[in-house]
Amino acid sequence: MLDRPARFATRLLTALGIAAALTTTAAHAQEVKIGVVATLSGPAASLGQQLRDGFALGVDQSGGKLGGLPTSITVIDDELKPDVAVTKVRGLLEGEKADFIVGPIFSNILLAIFKPVTESGAVLISPNAGPSTYAGRACNANFFVTSYQNDQPHAVSGKFAQDSGYKRVYLIAPNYQAGRDALAGFKSQFKGEIVEESYVPLTSMDFQADIAKIAADKPDAVFAFMPGGLGINLVKQYRQAGLASIPFLSTFTVDESTLPAEGDAALGFYTGASWTPDLDNAANKAFVTAFEAKYKYIPASYAAYAYDTARLMDAAVKQAGGTADKPKLIDALATVKFDSVRGADFSMGKNHYPVQDFYLAQVAKRPDGKYQTEMRKTIFTRDVDPYAAECKMH
Amino acid sequence: MRRALPWLTFAALAIAPFLPWGHNAGVVGLLVGRIEIFAIAAISLDLMLGAGGLVSFGHAAYLVIGAYAVAVLDANDIATAGLVLAAAIAAGGLFALATGAVALRTRGVNFIMITLAFAQMVYFGAGSLAAYGGDDGYTLGDRTTWLGWHVLDRRCFPTTAWVLLLATYLLCRMLVASRFGRVLRAARQNRQRVQAMGFNPYSYQLAAMVIGGMLCAVAGALLTNQSEFASPAYGAWPISGDLLIMVILGGAGSLHGAILGAAVVVLMEQGLGTITEHWRLIFGPALVLSVLFFRGGLAGIGGPHD
Amino acid sequence: MTLFVVQVLNGVQLGLLLFLIAAGLTLVFGVMDFINLAHGVQYMLGAYLGVMFAGLVGNFWLALLLACVTAGVVGLALERLVFRHLYDRSHLDQVLATFGVILALNELVRVIWGTAPLQMPMPDLLSGSFELVPGLRYPVYRVALIGAGLLVAGGLAWAVNATRAGMLIRAGASNPAMVSALGVDIGRLFTLVFAVGAMLAGFAGVLSAPLVSVEPGMGDNLLILAFVVIVIGGVGAIRGAFVAAILVGLVDTLGRAMVTDAAHAVLSASASARVGPAIASMLIYLVMALVLAIRPAGLFPAARA
Repeated sequence: MLDRPARFATRLLTALGIAAALTTTAAHAQEVKIGVVATLSGPAASLGQQLRDGFALGVDQSGGKLGGLPTSITVIDDELKPDVAVTKVRGLLEGEKADFIVGPIFSNILLAIFKPVTESGAVLISPNAGPSTYAGRACNANFFVTSYQNDQPHAVSGKFAQDSGYKRVYLIAPNYQAGRDALAGFKSQFKGEIVEESYVPLTSMDFQADIAKIAADKPDAVFAFMPGGLGINLVKQYRQAGLASIPFLSTFTVDESTLPAEGDAALGFYTGASWTPDLDNAANKAFVTAFEAKYKYIPASYAAYAYDTARLMDAAVKQAGGTADKPKLIDALATVKFDSVRGADFSMGKNHYPVQDFYLAQVAKRPDGKYQTEMRKTIFTRDVDPYAAECKMH
Repeated sequence: MRRALPWLTFAALAIAPFLPWGHNAGVVGLLVGRIEIFAIAAISLDLMLGAGGLVSFGHAAYLVIGAYAVAVLDANDIATAGLVLAAAIAAGGLFALATGAVALRTRGVNFIMITLAFAQMVYFGAGSLAAYGGDDGYTLGDRTTWLGWHVLDRRCFPTTAWVLLLATYLLCRMLVASRFGRVLRAARQNRQRVQAMGFNPYSYQLAAMVIGGMLCAVAGALLTNQSEFASPAYGAWPISGDLLIMVILGGAGSLHGAILGAAVVVLMEQGLGTITEHWRLIFGPALVLSVLFFRGGLAGIGGPHD
Repeated sequence: MTLFVVQVLNGVQLGLLLFLIAAGLTLVFGVMDFINLAHGVQYMLGAYLGVMFAGLVGNFWLALLLACVTAGVVGLALERLVFRHLYDRSHLDQVLATFGVILALNELVRVIWGTAPLQMPMPDLLSGSFELVPGLRYPVYRVALIGAGLLVAGGLAWAVNATRAGMLIRAGASNPAMVSALGVDIGRLFTLVFAVGAMLAGFAGVLSAPLVSVEPGMGDNLLILAFVVIVIGGVGAIRGAFVAAILVGLVDTLGRAMVTDAAHAVLSASASARVGPAIASMLIYLVMALVLAIRPAGLFPAARA
């Protein structure tokens, strides 16, 4: 007698699920269809949220339209699972005939969705992950990156360390591909002695092992790539151990996504980036003001690059006169000029990765008590990534 | 009606990709394929769990093993079904044999945790395979073909997976009903009595684990083909948890319940997310309620089975 | 040498934190035969409640008290609403139901407090650090944590061994039916055990909040570690949980510190940089497998009648 409710419930749930999965908007004649892929659950959800918010604000700036055309935006959560991302993205490509896929946050998701998106003719724009895989020989016309190539931000700290005369540096990163890429990026510019190259498990909560070694080795500086919760723990424990006198260089460890939790512990620490909230240009000032007013938190680079992506798409769709002619659209994306929040030095490289300035920034407290990174000096001007020469696209 | 449920399920899965969904045909094909993949994995777990009473919290390891069997062969330009499946099944079976031999010395929650431990080793081990992308994963060059036919390409995938699912289901049903299955189920209920009768429960349970592992590796190979991507993330411990959920929700021991459980979980994950970002707030309590009120799971088998 | 001492201290501190979480888990499992996967969420709730109350009242100690009490109340509510109906169900059903609770509560936390990680300031009294060795300062807070953990462990040991309630708990772990037959209100006993377990987990959550990043899902990995602890220690035994927790804490900490260096001795630098952390992550599982291979029921299993 319990079968009936059980079977009914199954049928209801299944129907709901199918109905939900098939929810699509009616196809308009000329509409820009965009799928936004980001990690919206799990520990990294705050980064995906930044991407989504930044992109949404960017589209808002042109009244919800891109290039004068109405937009239909579907946001999907990749759950940091490559197979889930592929299934959902392919659903968007085949069901909704998406023109653009914007995202994701993480490189392994990007690698999984690259083939389905580019083979379907849609344009894949990554506002965060910039692996070297597609920057050189495997560059692809349908693929754009609007953030940076993964080696570049880390090279900033390397160059700064080299130019500052540091002789001995301690390196630390999580044990995954991006961590290894980060330390490789640092070493490409720093020619001094690497006291230790430490890779920690991704689930680390406690850094006492490395902190004790740093205290014993007394390096001239420490370079860390520790995103998210890892960075929060490292920074707090580093400060608590009294090591703040050793300069702390980093990438994505003390940025606006982790600063609220790190607070005073991060003050004065350095980071390398191609964008900071205090960059002095009109587009950026407008962006930061609008973002804080709408979302009530200070944007980090994840939001800024996503915003730039929307502005780029707006200018390109306008120049190409729509999304129907894909080669024309791609050409527009590669060449159009728009007001980037990164200023006038920003342009798209011939391998579809950006050419932009990189800065050394430092953590500071605003008059209103919130924390942000502030630009201190320019380290690279109009920097091209090291793989661009191998790309034979144009 | 209850007896017809398995056949209705298979009929639904067979027909669903061919109904006139219009421009959503691709989405449906993908969903059906994904349900079939996880149904194979869930049935293989149900064989171990429902019949054998072996609660493995590390079953997703076989998805990774199957995935990397495909990846390694693909890197060497081998994509024929015979070799790929043979490699996946062999790798899965060997791993099950080695780890099962150790795990079966323990009982209860200890067994659960040691299977988790072995799965974690596979997960971290696959992530350290630099030659195959490490934790970034491996993009498949070509999908697996059978005798030159592209049976796993986009259009044919749901049908091929359906055939494999049916074969898995029939095999497991036959096993459970056979003498082997009866000894296995008896060992789950009363180990001492089975031993007193002269059987060695250990070898029956180990056999169940090996078969379960081999079948799940096949599911892993299918998953890799569908997403054209192999990744250690397929074996993360929450995935093993998902597989357990599918089996328990569907009704442990019913075999076809595992298919229903897989369908519900896959559809919830793909579909509910489009309604609200906070779908877990609905799904979580739904799971709790289903346990409290639907004893025996979706398959509708009330009370203790067999 | 001093490095070793620091790592041992850290290992003991991690172990005591794990003990606080595992104690509740093993009691509930031992006495009530109930697998509570939602125990990790109790820990997370404790941390979030601590952050919330600290923001409201501005005082760490008051926040600690309020958070523990609230965590206990939430635990009791969960017990009454959901868990009570699952005691006589199979372990599998308990796994499924408590998994649903995890999903719901993780999401609820995300809805209420957002996805971005939060921070909890340390209490002024304990926010200093002392010079353990020249050049390395060790936070006073961590030492206080060790002290608190030992106090609670001692208190639990006393309560379980020297009080009437403790005797009933030990009896219940061995033979709940007999205890009930002897006229003890087994329902009240279960509720007490559950409440104590929930409060311990919440207490651990608040204590670790100033040290780690407070984010949704922070309890999930610790839950796995806690299960490893009770498996190694033997289900239902407080003493076993204590020994196993310290062991796991030491192995994990010392392992992470030393494995890569040990690998250096055998492999090349780049190979050991890859293999070392992978092994470090697997180390506690390897230890667990080793323990189970020698003693399949754990180190100090509570004898079940």
